[in-house]
Amino acid sequence: MVSPNTPETPGSASPSTGGPRSIQDVVIRLAGNSQDGIQSVGGFLARLAGRSDQDVMTYMTIPSTISGGPSIFQVRMGTGDILSAGDRADMLVAFYQHSYDAHIGSLRPGGVLVYDSDHVKPAAEDHRFTNVAVPITSATVEAVGGTSKDKGKNIFVLGLIARIFDLDVAKLSALIKERFGGKNEDIVRNAMLAFDAGYAWPQNNLRDLFYRFEAIDQATSAHGRPQITLDGNSAIAYGLIAAGVRYGAGYPITPWSSIMEILRTELPKYGGIFVQCEDEIASVSTALGFSYTGQLAITGSSGPGLSLKMEALGWATMAEMPLIVVNVQRGGPSTGMPTNVEQSDLMQAIYGSHGDTPRVVLAPKNVEDCFYISIEAARIAREYSTPVIILTDQGLSSRIEAFDEPDLARLLVDPKADLSERPVDFKPYPLDRPTRHAPAGSKIASGKYPTVTGLEHDELGHPTGSPKLHQQMTIKRREKLKQLAATLPAPELTGDSAGEVLLVTWGSSWGPGREALTRVRKVGVKAGHMHLRHLHPLPNGLEQTFARYHKVIVAELNDEGPYGYGQLATMLRARHAMPNILSVCKTDGLTFKVSELVAGIAKHIESTELDATVGVARHSALAKS
Amino acid sequence: MTKKALTADHPTWCPGCGDFAVLACFYRVLEKLQYPHEKIVTFAGIGCSSRFPYFVNTHGGHFIHGRALPFAAGISLGNDDLHVFVFGGDGDGFSIGGNHLVHTARKNVRLTYVIMDNSVYGLTKKQTSPTSPVGFKSKTDPTGAIDQPINPMRTLVNSGATFVARSHATQVNHMTDMMLRAAKHDGFSVVEILSECVEFFEGAFDAAVPRKGGAWALIEEKKHDGTPEDASRHDVSDPVAAFKLASEPWPGRFGVYYENKERKTKNALERDLITKAKERTKNASDLALLQATFAKLR
Ligand SMILES: Cc1ncc(C[n+]2csc(CCOP(=O)(O)OP(=O)(O)O)c2C)c(N)n1
Ligand code: SF4
Ligand SMILES: [Mg+2]
Repeated sequence: MVSPNTPETPGSASPSTGGPRSIQDVVIRLAGNSQDGIQSVGGFLARLAGRSDQDVMTYMTIPSTISGGPSIFQVRMGTGDILSAGDRADMLVAFYQHSYDAHIGSLRPGGVLVYDSDHVKPAAEDHRFTNVAVPITSATVEAVGGTSKDKGKNIFVLGLIARIFDLDVAKLSALIKERFGGKNEDIVRNAMLAFDAGYAWPQNNLRDLFYRFEAIDQATSAHGRPQITLDGNSAIAYGLIAAGVRYGAGYPITPWSSIMEILRTELPKYGGIFVQCEDEIASVSTALGFSYTGQLAITGSSGPGLSLKMEALGWATMAEMPLIVVNVQRGGPSTGMPTNVEQSDLMQAIYGSHGDTPRVVLAPKNVEDCFYISIEAARIAREYSTPVIILTDQGLSSRIEAFDEPDLARLLVDPKADLSERPVDFKPYPLDRPTRHAPAGSKIASGKYPTVTGLEHDELGHPTGSPKLHQQMTIKRREKLKQLAATLPAPELTGDSAGEVLLVTWGSSWGPGREALTRVRKVGVKAGHMHLRHLHPLPNGLEQTFARYHKVIVAELNDEGPYGYGQLATMLRARHAMPNILSVCKTDGLTFKVSELVAGIAKHIESTELDATVGVARHSALAKS
Repeated sequence: MTKKALTADHPTWCPGCGDFAVLACFYRVLEKLQYPHEKIVTFAGIGCSSRFPYFVNTHGGHFIHGRALPFAAGISLGNDDLHVFVFGGDGDGFSIGGNHLVHTARKNVRLTYVIMDNSVYGLTKKQTSPTSPVGFKSKTDPTGAIDQPINPMRTLVNSGATFVARSHATQVNHMTDMMLRAAKHDGFSVVEILSECVEFFEGAFDAAVPRKGGAWALIEEKKHDGTPEDASRHDVSDPVAAFKLASEPWPGRFGVYYENKERKTKNALERDLITKAKERTKNASDLALLQATFAKLR
C-alpha cells in the first residue's frame, strides 16, 4: 500500500512531473479466475521484489471449488518494512466483470483500475479511480497467436505492471525462463511474446501512469544475506528439515497438505521418510513410532484432523514422547471455511484431548518466523521430551514473503538418533530429571528394557494404580512446562512502554498489529503492541507489562463466545485475573485489516472512564485514520 | 538369550486365560531366533491381550486402543534393524483398528502381528466383538449377537498381507511354528491365534480341540513334489485358494493360508526412494542440499 506519507501515489490527481513518480510501496490486487494463472503473476512479482531486496507480502485466496472459480492474489511490494498485505489496493487488475464487481470496493479512492476491456464494463458514473482500459484478452491473442487462445493473459499483465512500475525486466525474464524453462520451447517463447506485448502497451497508450520505487537505502537493506521468497508452509517444511527432522506422517487436508507434499518429496534426499497414512490417527501414531526410534518426527493437519489426533496426543503427554504437530488453522468448526483463515484452534491446541495433557504450543508471526519457530519447536520437543504444536494459519500458509536467507550452516541440526548404551540405573520416567527415552535399538546395561506407556507408571514404566505416583507424575509433566516458561524470552513489545492501550496479538496478526500501533500513536494515543509467539506455556511476567496500560486489548481471529472474550483473552484473563484485559475478535475468514484493529481499539477506549485525558475528538480522528 | 532374560512383570491375566500360552510360545520363538536383545520390540494397543509388552523384557510399548499397527509401522520404518512384534485382541485389531490393519497389509510394512482372538471384549468385560459368532450372548447383546462376524483370514488375504496364518492357543508346537515362520517372513506377517477367554467366553474354540470332542484340522501345504496327492494340497501362494479355504465352515483349518515372498516391503520401497534420491543429488550433504534449495528461492 502506498504509505500515507508518500508524496505522490499511483493514481493521484497531481499533474505529471515528466518522469516516473517516486513511491515507497504499492498494493496490487489481481482478480480473475484461478485457471488464468494470476497466482503465478503474484509469485513472479513477489520473487522479483525479493531479488531486488524489496520487502514483499502477499495475500491469496484460493477458491474452495475443485477447479477454477474466482480467485485473487494481492501483492504488496516496496522499500522498507512491509508488515501487512495492505487493507486496500492501490491498483486493481480486473480480468472479468465478476472480478470488477467483487473487488472494486477494495480499491482505494484515487487508485488505479486496470480492466480487461474485452470483458469488463466499469460503472460509468464512478469517478473515484483512474480507469485504464486494456484489451488484455485480444492483445494477448494477437501477440501470442496460434492456438493458445487467451493463455498468457497473466504474463501480458505481468509485462504491463513491469512497465508501469519500472520493474527490472532482465530479472523478470530470467524468472519467467526459470519457471517455464525445461518445458517445451514454445511455452517459453509464448510467455516472452505475451510479456513483451504487455510491456510495450503502456508506452504506446498511457501518458503519465509511471512509477518508480524509491531507491533502496543501502544502509538498511544491506543485510549481508540475500533475500529469499517463499510461503509460510514451505518455510515450516524447510525449517523442520533444518531442525534435523527426517521422519513424519500425515493425511492430506487443506491448508496443511503442501507441508506434507514438500516433506514427502524432500526427505528421501536426506535419507528420511514421510508416510502418507490412511487417516490422521494413523499419521500421529506413525509419527510417534518414528520418535520412539530416536528420530523426532512430525505430523500435522488442519483443525478437524487435529481433533482426530487428540487421543494419541494424550498418549504422547503420558508417555513423554517428543513430537511435532503442525496445525494450519482454517475456518471452523467442521469443514467450515477450508480456504479461509481463523485462529479458533487455540483452545484445542492447548487443552484438547482427555485428562491433564500439558503440551507446548507455539505460533509463528510471519513467514520468516514459520522457519525459525520450527527449529525452536524441535529443540523444545527434544529437550523436554514433549509434544509441541506449531499453530500456524491459512493466512500464513499461502502467503509469500521475502526475508533474509537463514544462516543454514549455523542452524542445521544433526538428526542422528542416540542409540548409545544406557547405564545400569537408566529409568525412562525419572521423577527428579527430565525423561530421555532409550530408543528401541539401544542397549540397556542393566538388561532391563523399558516399556513406553499410556498407563500411569512408575519411574521404570511399570503400570501403577498408586494415587501418590499419579499425583507425582502429573506434577512432573506439568513442571516441564513451568521450567520451559522460565526460559522463555520476554515477548516482543513495541511502542510506548506504558500508556492507555496495549494491543496484544498472536499468529498472523503480528503485521497488522504493528501497523495499527503506528496509526494509533500517530493521533497521540500512548500505546504499545505485544506479540505472543509462545502461547503455552506463556512467558512469565506478563502481568507486570499489562499493569502498565489502562487497557489490554487482545485481537484474535476467533469468536468472543458467550462471555465476550476470544480464546487467548480468555486464557490471559484466567491466568492474570485482570479485568482490563479485553477482546477484539472477528470471524469473517480474513486476516485483520489495520483499520479493523484501529477501530477495535477506538471502541474500547471510548467506552472507558479511566482516563480523563482521552478526548472524543481524538477518537474520531482514530476512527477515521 | 534365555527365557529368563526375556521375562518381565508377572502376567495379570486370569488363571487359565489362553494368552499365557501365547506368551510362553513367544519366549520360545525369541529363544530360537536369537536376535540381539536390544533389537527386539514388543508393542501393543489396549485390551487384556495388549498387556503383553509388560510381560516381555524387550524394548516395547503400550499404545492406545486399535492404533498399535501404525505406531509399529513408524518403528519398523524408522529403524530397519529392528524386529517388531505387535500383539493385540480381536476388538483392537478388527474393530477400532480395522482400517489400520487393511492399510498396514496393503503397504506390506515389515513387522509381525499376532492377534489373540477370543471373540469377545475381555478387558471391558464381555461385550460383543467383531469375531463373536451370531447368537453369542454378551452384555451388549443379551439375547444373542445379530451382526455377522468378520472372517479374519479372508480380510487379511484381501487386504494384501503377505503372510497369513491361523493357530490355536492349545496347540503349542503349531503356534510356535506359525510365529516362527511369521517372524522370519520379510513383510507384514499375521498370525491369528484363537485364545480362549475363560472368564467371558468359555469354550469358544472347543470345536477345534480334540480333547473336547472337536476337530483339529491342519492345512496341508503343497510341496511341489509332483506326486498325485500334492494336487489336492493348498498352494499358499494362491490368494484365491486361500480365500476359498478361509470360507470353510467353523472351526475351519489351521496353518498357513497365504504367503507371498515376491512383493517388496514398504521398508524396501522407501529405501529405494532414498537411494534414487541420493543418486540424483549425488549424495550431497544435508547442508549442501538445503543450501541449494534456498539458492533457488532467491
Ligand atoms: C478409544 C478407546 N475406546 C474404548 C476403549 C475401551 N476398551 C479397552 S480394551 C477394549 C476391547 C478389548 O477387546 P479386545 O481388543 O478383543 O482385547 P481383549 O481384552 O479381548 O484381549 C475396549 C473397548 C479404550 N481403551 N479406548
Ligand atoms: S478376561 Fe478373558 S481375556 Fe482377559 S485375562 Fe481374563 S480370561 Fe484372559
Ligand atoms: Mg478380544
